[in-house]
Amino acid sequence: MSNVGIVIVSHSPLVAEGTADMVRQMVGDEVPLAWCGGNGHGGLGTSVEAIMGAIEKAWSEAGVAILVDLGGAETNSEMAVEMIGEPRSHKIVVCNAPIVEGAVMAATEASGGASLKEVVATAHELSPS
Amino acid sequence: MAASDFSSLIAAAADTIAAHAEELTALDQAIGDGDHGLNMKRGFEAVRAEADAFAAKPLPDALKAVGTKLVMTVGGASGPLFGTLFMALGKELPAAPDRDGLTAALGKAIEAVAARGKSQPGQKTMLDVLQPVYEALAQGRTGKEIANAADKAADATVPMKALRGRASFLGDRSIGHMDAGARSTALLVRAIAEAVEDHQ
Repeated sequence: MSNVGIVIVSHSPLVAEGTADMVRQMVGDEVPLAWCGGNGHGGLGTSVEAIMGAIEKAWSEAGVAILVDLGGAETNSEMAVEMIGEPRSHKIVVCNAPIVEGAVMAATEASGGASLKEVVATAHELSPS
Repeated sequence: MAASDFSSLIAAAADTIAAHAEELTALDQAIGDGDHGLNMKRGFEAVRAEADAFAAKPLPDALKAVGTKLVMTVGGASGPLFGTLFMALGKELPAAPDRDGLTAALGKAIEAVAARGKSQPGQKTMLDVLQPVYEALAQGRTGKEIANAADKAADATVPMKALRGRASFLGDRSIGHMDAGARSTALLVRAIAEAVEDHQ
């Protein structure tokens, strides 16, 4: 698929899955989409390994935009992007945006064939400052 | 460094984290999400399980392997932060480092942790312990003095206001509590400094 992919990373698998459901309701299967949540041991948290897996699943040559909730999700996502390494890491962006609104808006933008830069800009417009 | 020495360093680090896991969790419950002790224990037990395999590698590769294991197993922001510390040490250290080599590598590793956490000393984080440890190392202090400097630095996070991480959501209410990451860093510094002195 040539549309930008969306990855949702929450501390809670319920939040991540629910956000993904809302994205699917908007864009159906037009956008590669994957989510992960939880520390991999049954608790709240985020797992670098799971994030790397979600990026693989939602991979698109057009790039991948990651939406995160709290700080650890951002730090672990940045680590996952680094571990995936070049050249693909240049096509993956961790967005600074609210997770639910950001994922839905970014996916809607992506479904119209927008570039990674445009998709990320749409998500960032939701963040003050 | 002999392989058995590196294994004993890992054991000392994992032992101190396991022994203080509840204390770390209690510190984190006060001003964070309360998972620091459990997360760190999980990470260091995973490192301990592969200690012999890691110790068989050259020191830089062994440190990188420790860092990668922490990243993959801790499950909170501490994973990338402590993982980056060890991975960067592995990247910067020569195979047989002297004190100058270790000091320079720690300086670079602290920069890497600061970049990973988008933080700097003074924000009530592990950096508030790492920076004084680096300075003590650069000044030629003994292992015991370095460990004491780390403890003092962790204590000094109590009156600070948190500016990074979950504790920063509390604003002024974060004042009066020790930062859990600063405490775990001081514990690791003491365990490693004492284990290194035992081997000299």
